[in-house]
Amino acid sequence: MNSLEVKNLSVVIEGKKILDDFSLTVPKGEVHALMGPNGSGKSTLAKALAGHPNYTVLAGESLVDGKNVIGLSPDEIARSGIFMAFQYPSEISGVSIANFIRAAITARLEEDEELQATQYYKHLYEKMDLLKIDRKFTSRSINAGFSGGEKKRCEILQMMMLEPKYAVLDETDSGLDIDALRIVADGVNSMRGPDIGILVITHYQRLLSYIVPDRVHVLYNGHIVRSGDKGLALELDEKGYDWVKDELAATA
Amino acid sequence: MAATSTIDIDREKGNFHYDTQYNYDAGTGLNEDTIRYISDVKGEDQWLLDFRLKALKIFESKALPTHWATKDLENINFDKIRYYLAKGQKPSRSWEEVPDDVKETFERLGIPEQERKFLAGVEAQFDSEAVYSNTKEALAKEGVIFIGSTEGLKEHPEIFRKWFGKVIPTGDNKFSALNSAVFSGGSFIYVPPGVKVRQPLQAYFRINAENFGQFERTLIIADEGAEVTYMEGCTAPKFETTTLHSAVVELIALKGAKIQYITVQNWSNNVFNLVTKRGMAMKEAEIKWIDCNIGSRLTMKYPAVILKGEKSRGEVLSIALANDCQHQDTGAKMIHAADETTSNIIAKSISVGTGRSSYRGLVSIPKHLKDCKNNTECDALLINSNSRTDTYPAISVRGDGNSVQHEASVSKVSAEQIFYMMQRGLSEGEAMSLSVNGFVNDLISQFPMEYSVELKRLIDMEMEGSVG
Repeated sequence: MNSLEVKNLSVVIEGKKILDDFSLTVPKGEVHALMGPNGSGKSTLAKALAGHPNYTVLAGESLVDGKNVIGLSPDEIARSGIFMAFQYPSEISGVSIANFIRAAITARLEEDEELQATQYYKHLYEKMDLLKIDRKFTSRSINAGFSGGEKKRCEILQMMMLEPKYAVLDETDSGLDIDALRIVADGVNSMRGPDIGILVITHYQRLLSYIVPDRVHVLYNGHIVRSGDKGLALELDEKGYDWVKDELAATA
Repeated sequence: MAATSTIDIDREKGNFHYDTQYNYDAGTGLNEDTIRYISDVKGEDQWLLDFRLKALKIFESKALPTHWATKDLENINFDKIRYYLAKGQKPSRSWEEVPDDVKETFERLGIPEQERKFLAGVEAQFDSEAVYSNTKEALAKEGVIFIGSTEGLKEHPEIFRKWFGKVIPTGDNKFSALNSAVFSGGSFIYVPPGVKVRQPLQAYFRINAENFGQFERTLIIADEGAEVTYMEGCTAPKFETTTLHSAVVELIALKGAKIQYITVQNWSNNVFNLVTKRGMAMKEAEIKWIDCNIGSRLTMKYPAVILKGEKSRGEVLSIALANDCQHQDTGAKMIHAADETTSNIIAKSISVGTGRSSYRGLVSIPKHLKDCKNNTECDALLINSNSRTDTYPAISVRGDGNSVQHEASVSKVSAEQIFYMMQRGLSEGEAMSLSVNGFVNDLISQFPMEYSVELKRLIDMEMEGSVG
């Protein structure tokens, strides 16, 4: 029950089947890494789990602590506890980071609850300090004119503020230099604990030196072909994805 | 629905209608007899009847401006409109004296409550005539006049006639001619030299009857060094038939005076709203139009300032929200006619669904002037691919010592942006509303508090309602 359980998921985009009978379970308290070559379906999984309207789910379930969220609208899925850190976060001009996160938190409150502004800012500044985001950023429009690293840090900031049950980080390492990578990893690591399950989607092993996963899965042609411990990531880094492909070809 | 402490003008709140008995009714359609009836009922002098009759001729002689404006204008059936409907001729000074059914309407709209809270004076117009008009005593003692234009003509002809029709001549356009022929109601304000009215004066225009045309005429004069803020709100019930609202508003700011005129237009979407608004700023005077158009089927309105005196300033801050089946054709005009005059136009429009918004601007700085400046910014936001926006800026700046700056942008709220916001837990309506508020935020923050709060709330409601 205490897990994000993806069962037999098949996803089509623009008539093309990208995920095929995909299954994966991320229990609370664990960090799983999903690795795979370009075009293997990594980002499709993230978008489909978040309920993106362009991704059609043909079959399967996505159970958040036992409750299937496939078919719900993106905001309902979000409020059920799934957070996705975007590979390419959208810019929204005129909407400040502080107001955006506040709106997102408010959307989660019960009708008779109210957000305490001073508490909120205290909490926000705390997390920003941790991610080494200048406090001046609170009044900047979300992602507008941000560098790649700033955008990713802003994604992690939102994750920290929204405290999801499960987080899917979609190629959060892409476009980051080593310093930014460390900061982002520190942020994610600070959230690790029994109340959250994290799925790190990445092409490279690099990020996994900083966010050390409990389990590593390899995605190829729309489903998981191998699973193992963190050693699998190192092995992949060494041998490349062709190794997996060749192995599969040999057993076929 | 959240309670609000400010001008209550949300559309559903205005969408009600009581059957009312009118003691004065000019019938349906427009001809000389209609005008004689109106003039007679009001007990007007001969000069005014002549003025009206001449205006009717001009109205009839002018074609609809469909060579540049929308053909939707052809759907106005001038023969089916009722041009004058009133219960009585004299507005009450206290709400107790206002007839019950009419009072009930304004109570429901929250007008008396706001008057107590933050207004220096209120005029409430119900169809053709003001039913209530009151100014705080302290202001009246300082010589501030704030009454209906019908009363203004009778009680202060020397001031009224001096400025009436001077800023907007009858023949300015077809609808200013129509207004000049059949006008009734509207406000007359005079602020004596040096008097600064701290709290706003407010007028509220209510259309109650079906197939009706409201043609108020407002004249505001701020004498030397005087200052005044005027706000207007409006609502009408939703009828199947079309309703016409065609006002003429003239402002005169004498030397060093300041006039701020704020409109939140929220007519129901069967109303054709065709309004001519223009101010004249004398030496070192300042006129500022804050113009927000949320309602109506079609609005055509381009508030203008004639910068007649040296160092005078003109400003138009405009927000238009065109939702499904609405066309907001708005903009601004700045006519520089003296040295060292400055003008500023900031216009933001939002088009949603099949809504359409157009910006039309005119800035004129002739060659012989020096050190004049204009800044124009117009930004459009499109939400959803069916919506449409057009910009028609006309800028004529001659001479070496003058400067003009013009920026325009069109941006879109994409499906990806909406998805991004929804992934954070916001509903689709909340996401759209947030991006619209983000778009207009910097402009709204320049509005008086009461209005910025109300406007944001109104935008939220519009966006919530636009999610299909």
